[in-house]
Amino acid sequence: MFGYYLQLALRSFRRNRVLTALMVLAIALGIGASMTTLTVYYILSGDPLPGQSQHLYEVQLDPQSLQGYEPGQEPAEQVTRYDAETLLAERRAPRQAMMSGGNVSVQPGKAGLAPFYAPARYTSADFFPMFHTRLLFGQGWSAADDAAHARVAVITKSLNDKLFGGANSVGKPVRLAGQEFRVAGVMGDWNPNPHFYDLNVRGFGGAEDVMVPFTTSRDLNMDRSGSMDCWGDSKGDGTAVGANCVWIQYWVELDDAAQASAYRRYLVNYSTQQHAAGRFQRPPNVRLRSVMQWLSYKQIVPGDVRLQVLLAFGFLLVCLVNTVGLLLAKFLRRSSEMGIRRALGASRRAIFLQCLVEAGMVGLVGGMLGLGLAALGLWGVRHQPTQYAPYVHLDLAMLALTFVLALLASLLAGVLPAWRAMQVTPAMQLKAQ
Amino acid sequence: MLEMRQVTKVYRNELVETHALRALDLQVREGEFVAVTGPSGSGKTTFLNIAGLLEDFTSGEYLLDGVNVGGIGDDARSRLRNQKIGFIFQAFNLIPDLNLFDNADVPLRYRGMAADERKRRIEEALARVGLASRMKHYPAELSGGQQQRAAIARALAGDPRLLLADEPTGNLDSYMAREVMELLENLNAQGTTIVMVTHDPELAARAQRNVHIVDGQISDLVREAALVSPAAAGGAVASHA
Repeated sequence: MFGYYLQLALRSFRRNRVLTALMVLAIALGIGASMTTLTVYYILSGDPLPGQSQHLYEVQLDPQSLQGYEPGQEPAEQVTRYDAETLLAERRAPRQAMMSGGNVSVQPGKAGLAPFYAPARYTSADFFPMFHTRLLFGQGWSAADDAAHARVAVITKSLNDKLFGGANSVGKPVRLAGQEFRVAGVMGDWNPNPHFYDLNVRGFGGAEDVMVPFTTSRDLNMDRSGSMDCWGDSKGDGTAVGANCVWIQYWVELDDAAQASAYRRYLVNYSTQQHAAGRFQRPPNVRLRSVMQWLSYKQIVPGDVRLQVLLAFGFLLVCLVNTVGLLLAKFLRRSSEMGIRRALGASRRAIFLQCLVEAGMVGLVGGMLGLGLAALGLWGVRHQPTQYAPYVHLDLAMLALTFVLALLASLLAGVLPAWRAMQVTPAMQLKAQ
Repeated sequence: MLEMRQVTKVYRNELVETHALRALDLQVREGEFVAVTGPSGSGKTTFLNIAGLLEDFTSGEYLLDGVNVGGIGDDARSRLRNQKIGFIFQAFNLIPDLNLFDNADVPLRYRGMAADERKRRIEEALARVGLASRMKHYPAELSGGQQQRAAIARALAGDPRLLLADEPTGNLDSYMAREVMELLENLNAQGTTIVMVTHDPELAARAQRNVHIVDGQISDLVREAALVSPAAAGGAVASHA
């Protein structure tokens, strides 16, 4: 019967082209607007490392002075170098990494290629296995390289393409910040968005081009970027080990809730010790947030994007109400046909399904048109001056969601008109002919 | 084929109750051609709607081909209507957007019949009413008589046991009316049970039996005649040759 209902729906479309076009347009506009904003929301609120993010936790301690202290307030979002190096040395998590962002000058050995600055990340060995960086060639450096302040670097595929024409550059020299480094590995397409591991540098934009050991970066006093909060006297160097400045991101990998709980206790103990030693003035105040908790806490999705999603869905609702009205008009105009069909053996359910299939067809066509409108809307978003603009694309999941949403919306819009149509009293309709 | 016992139909609103049928008893045997007559508002059409399962009755009992239809659900009721009953209406009630083939196809679709079987039946039915060459025509392209014949073909395609006709010639001129009436008589001769509501005494006279309804009841005169000669009348009413 479904095929028959489809035939009837197509016939009905041909018979009422204008009315059908209006309904399709109403659905398409609603779907287009909702899918545009929903895609932006989806991209912004997406999991940057599916399958791994639930094991990664951002560490927060509260090493700041009592000045401005209010009980219950959130601790600093970054840690001091002293704390980061201490936690790293104690290795109480299966994996841990400290890091900060920066920029390094790159002096290509290639003729005709001028020196340039590249975004960099100064980190420790576990960064690569923790964050599931996909390495095209070679590997990350080792903890021994960290300890030895080795001149090693991991570069991205795009930088490798630029410097080495895409060849396997592992073991080859590369000049960074005026010093010679050895390429330890080349990362493939690894672009976690949002840029969760350091939202101070940027919210979106994927991995940095150059990764070097944190220890080495400090030896060479490499340029750093991102925020730094200091208190007390830092003696002019906020990056020094003893400086009262928070500027380092510290991440740990924990396998399960028990490990997370144990690590949280460890952080509390550590804070208590530091407090007892007089380094921490505030009572122990720690946080251990998973990636998604961290992104939520940082409100990575701007408020205006949330508002746009709500408004777009409100608009979809208005479009649906219009479609309900148009479908009602369409179906009730065909009451006599429904009466005849009922007399000839169609049950109420058959009439209901016939009408729903017709509404669903409107939804599918509206969905296709809405997809085009959403693509147009996203093209517009990509031309906005926002960090996330380049990453706003419809993926397969959103594509499927567009059709599911269009179908559900139209079926929802069709329920009342179809219900009214199936209530037609055949005897009255036949007599009224 | 059709048996109604003490069937009543009451229409109610906030102000009034209207008794359309009052304890109506009627039996129509398989293969009969029964004409139902009566003045306007007497309940003829209500009777036909109830007989055709298009309306519920308020009380009483109705057996259609041995099935007690009182209280059965819409799905079962629709299935019975689809499989056992064919309708012919005064206003033809063809679906204007469908050609004759597709109009005749409607009841068969709801029966879930295979495409080749449907095609065979429709072509046969349209040929039977002399419209084989018009199967791709739309109702608006046909005369009233042809439309009524198309409606008969639609009913025939389903091979119904019972054909209910409501003023089947009411919208036709005398020539076309005669043509349609002959068609109905032929169908009856081939075994189809026909119940026809009509105002026209001439048409009623051509049926095997007449039922006269007044104020929602079979009139006393007919009832008495039926009591005198139940065998000849088929149960409840007077007969005409």
